[in-house]
Amino acid sequence: MNDLKRVHFFSAILTFVLAGFTLAQAQDAPDVGPHPPAPLKNMESHIGNITGHSKDAKGDYRRYCAGCHGDLGDGQGENTPWLDPKPRNFTLATFKCRSTLTGTLPTDEDLYNTIARGLTNSNMPIWNTFTKEQRANLVAYIKTFSPRWEKEKPGEPIKIPAEPPVTIESISHGKALFTKLECWKCHGPEGKGDGPSASTLTDSQDNPIRPYNFAAGGDDSRFKCGSTNADVYKIFITGLDGTPMPSFADVIQPNDAWDLVHFLRVLQVKRHSKENDVLKAAGGRIPPYVEKQAETPANQLENRAAGGGN
Amino acid sequence: MRMREQSRVFGTLPWSDSLAATVLILVFMVVSGSQRANALPAFARKYGLRCSACHESWPMLNYFGQKFKDNGYQLMNDRDAPIWQNPSYWPVTFRITPIWHRVSTGKVPVDEGSGITRVTSSGFDLSGLDFHTGGTLEKNFSFYVLPSSDPTGTFHFESVFGRLDNLWGSPWLNVKFGKFELDNLLSEKRILTLTGNGGIYQTYHFIPVGDGNIFGQIGDNQLGVEYMGHSANDRTRISAALISSSDGNVNLSTGANSYTAFFTGSQAFDAGKLGVQRIGFYAMVGEAATFYLTSGNVPLGGTGISNKGFSREGFVGQFYFGPHFDVTVVTQHGEDNAWFGQGYGNAIQSDGNGGTTATCSSPTPGCPLNNLPGTALPIGSRSPTWNGYTVEAHYVYSPQLIFISRFEAERMSQQADGPLYTATGPSGYTGPAPSNLGNITTYTVGYRYNPFMTSRAGFAWHNEYNWLHQDGTGPMVGATGLNVNTSELLLGFDFDF
Repeated sequence: MNDLKRVHFFSAILTFVLAGFTLAQAQDAPDVGPHPPAPLKNMESHIGNITGHSKDAKGDYRRYCAGCHGDLGDGQGENTPWLDPKPRNFTLATFKCRSTLTGTLPTDEDLYNTIARGLTNSNMPIWNTFTKEQRANLVAYIKTFSPRWEKEKPGEPIKIPAEPPVTIESISHGKALFTKLECWKCHGPEGKGDGPSASTLTDSQDNPIRPYNFAAGGDDSRFKCGSTNADVYKIFITGLDGTPMPSFADVIQPNDAWDLVHFLRVLQVKRHSKENDVLKAAGGRIPPYVEKQAETPANQLENRAAGGGN
Repeated sequence: MRMREQSRVFGTLPWSDSLAATVLILVFMVVSGSQRANALPAFARKYGLRCSACHESWPMLNYFGQKFKDNGYQLMNDRDAPIWQNPSYWPVTFRITPIWHRVSTGKVPVDEGSGITRVTSSGFDLSGLDFHTGGTLEKNFSFYVLPSSDPTGTFHFESVFGRLDNLWGSPWLNVKFGKFELDNLLSEKRILTLTGNGGIYQTYHFIPVGDGNIFGQIGDNQLGVEYMGHSANDRTRISAALISSSDGNVNLSTGANSYTAFFTGSQAFDAGKLGVQRIGFYAMVGEAATFYLTSGNVPLGGTGISNKGFSREGFVGQFYFGPHFDVTVVTQHGEDNAWFGQGYGNAIQSDGNGGTTATCSSPTPGCPLNNLPGTALPIGSRSPTWNGYTVEAHYVYSPQLIFISRFEAERMSQQADGPLYTATGPSGYTGPAPSNLGNITTYTVGYRYNPFMTSRAGFAWHNEYNWLHQDGTGPMVGATGLNVNTSELLLGFDFDF
């Protein structure tokens, strides 16, 4: 009789284990919405010498990402209604932070860096706790959501020329460009994100969107796609796809873009920077920009006569 | 002997238990079929992240969750200050666990029959209720308050602290002040198991038989101040805490004028596809009073002097073997001053819940001894020392299902009552105590299944079994104390909201 009771005792435990296991399998499915379609195929990513595999990221995507980006990658996770800005819709394969020209797919490294960096002024955390392999796998997984990754190749990364020295003239020229290119219409005259168009802006999915407020934040302030001057330069040239921030690749020359970077840094009034040091040394005022005259044979002679040279 | 013991355990299992288990399965299946809770747990609601983002299985933190905690419950994403929260945000989570459990304790002295028997009981029950509230008061100012009750509803403050985070913009400068859990990598307050003996880490609470030092329990929340620093990605962590030697008891009721220091350090490193591995150490060095002024034989709070020393130190390792399997190891070497070994130290009766009920002093039977001036230790008294370890393994089948197993062993290496000891010590033995007296061996197995996974509430179907064996702490038969085996089977709904 005792033996029989022992069997029942173990049977009860085993039943519970099996019940949990079976139901877990049944429930190992999307938490919101329909079953996701089968991934396009197993995608890969290549970050340095690391190869990421989408099949290895399924668990991590569900654990860390799906609550916002959705099981389908469509940016419709259960938290989406409460988030501002809205999470990225991976099915469109449109990404803000790229090293590639507007309209093209980002490189694997762009997505990899975005995961580790997080996105300031949004709910996207800094996922620097992942291993490199985890991140590379997640990049590959993100690529399973859109057929664009099968049909297109990522764009070529732009080349960023060496940064020229910061001078009061470069800041002054940057200010002139800020006005000429009408950056102030969105970002406001003082870069506070309060330009006349600011309240009307929407992203490509008609969600309201706010322009960057340069004046907020101190030394730890970051931009959406990085924190260095080179990152800001990249934003001008590539634009932030899916937002009203256009690419200026066809509008300004590299040196002009650097001058604009230098001016934007002085709009970050609470941040210690070489640009703010230069401005301070110049008395705290940005002199009006005087456009240089183009070198013509006539004024070359004039310069030589005045003792000027090359 | 053990087989006979276990046969007796199973022999007492009534058919009604199996029936109850079957009914619970059916209830579980029905409930798990209904999806999605609408509640809003505090942090998940604030940040819009699923529980699984921070918890390997709640309440146990994963690496990302540990970083979030180390940053002062902040994601460091410019949305940390309360100004970013919806005005309706209510940063309170409660947690309680209705359970059915079956507890079987061997070698219980009783008046009837042979005087010693095994007591087995089962039934529906409740855990205590925790009200967690915490978060940020402003960017880089965080807090935590946790009123906690026992199953009868008697409350105490389990945690209360304020924390200054990222001082001067550095993650290496964080200061916590109040009552808090020591910086244990394997957190007992986030333990995944719930049974009486399996719901704590024995390594964190081991006290030699008859020892009066309750102050070295690193699993209990303590009153004090803590410095903590970490690298930006949390790979490197260090902390140092200065705490009152009071085991977290308030009102300066015990351990007044004595302090304990607790240090930890750890380093994590990437191991490719295996995951992030971490190794570290901890050390606790302190002293506590052994003499109290008394009034009517009752110790006066805050009068403790004649401090004696104690220490606990060990290594911690968290090892991941891919995304599904991990093992955490904690070792400990402990040593108490010989005075503690003879029962001096704790002058306060604990209510078993972090609070105190009454003071108590010798010669009242059962009360700790008071080191009155002129008192001498019995000949042969020694500092009790011991070694212990905990090995806890998890198999994470999916973010919704985790299997847990744990093995712990605590082994005395030197008893307080040495070979030359001739008196009757607080351990109950006359003369030297057996070398294995008080040794503990225990294992726990279980699993937790979350039928849904959102950022609104947590619900786990919990099933667990614990077995614990302790040498020589049962009733004395002749000159030897009997070994005691205890087991517990627990099923329950663990939820927070």
